[in-house]
Amino acid sequence: MTKLKIEDLDKIAEDVRRKMTIREGGGKVKITVHMGTCGIAAGARTVMSAFLNEIDIHNIKDVIITTSGCAGLCSKEPMATVEYGEQAPVKYIELNETKVKKIFDDHVLKGKFVQEYALAIGSERIQ
Amino acid sequence: MEDLSLHILDIAENSINAGAKNIEIAIIEDSSKDLLTIEIKDDGKGMDADTIANVTNPFFTTRTTRRVGLGLAFLEEAANSTGGKLRVESELTTGTKVIAEFQLSHIDRKPVGNIADTIVMILAGNPEINLRYYQENNASKFLFDTNDVKKITNEIKINSIEILKFIRQYLEENVNKINK
Ligand SMILES: Nc1ncnc2c1ncn2[C@@H]1O[C@H](COP(=O)(O)OP(=O)(O)O)[C@@H](O)[C@H]1O
Ligand SMILES: [Mg+2]
Repeated sequence: MTKLKIEDLDKIAEDVRRKMTIREGGGKVKITVHMGTCGIAAGARTVMSAFLNEIDIHNIKDVIITTSGCAGLCSKEPMATVEYGEQAPVKYIELNETKVKKIFDDHVLKGKFVQEYALAIGSERIQ
Repeated sequence: MEDLSLHILDIAENSINAGAKNIEIAIIEDSSKDLLTIEIKDDGKGMDADTIANVTNPFFTTRTTRRVGLGLAFLEEAANSTGGKLRVESELTTGTKVIAEFQLSHIDRKPVGNIADTIVMILAGNPEINLRYYQENNASKFLFDTNDVKKITNEIKINSIEILKFIRQYLEENVNKINK
């Protein structure tokens, strides 16, 4: 197989453009991975990669993946927030690849949040 | 931090927090000098003399969310432990350049790690940034420039999932596994 070239992006961009006219811009689910030095040291990038791998496996397209700065809860990193449609955002703590898989299957794909991995409501520090 | 690509992600986040629009990352491997150099340059707000003087002190930060600022201190330690060093050049309103030098063959030099995922993570959260990644060793050179991507994607955001997926795969295939 020959390596991808940057020009190969042309076809993908065309494809996205064609679909953009049908679907309403953004995605149904938004995933935000928290960064910051603590987050990165604790595995934030592994969490991001795990989400990207799941997105690949399930070949879903109506999802946005983004990052945010330090959440100020260093001991609970790595953390990510999942927003499904109009539902309230859910912050997940102390993530790893196994937890990401479960969150993906239940929350991202089906809209059912995974309570056992979520930050207890009220224990969130105000920035 | 487990590897150098994670340090790079962390230092690039400093650039983003400093309001940078352009970030340049370079990894130069020079085996004849037994030297690995990592440079992260930005056009953010820069630092005043007092900040520069204190920047690798772990108890120094200008952030208010936490009392310690560890990112640059960690990188300096990683460089020092190989007999290398960290330099920070910065000018207010112009920008900042962080240069970390490592002895390439040193047993304590961390592996470079996954550059593709570091770049994807920077772009996912900061689609408006212009990012250049340059890599050079005795055998090859490689340049990735988001301006080349944006010429093709135009109105499509670079952090659209399909575009991010392409960039990730493209970088995985094209970024050299520098001396691990
Ligand atoms: N690229 C940069 N541009 C401007 N200021 C910077 C940059 N990098 C670091 N700084 C300054 O140095 C401080 C320490 O940085 P760092 O060691 O990464 O810790 P932290 O980001 O947690 O504060 C920052 O708070 C900031 O004031
Ligand atoms: Mg920092």
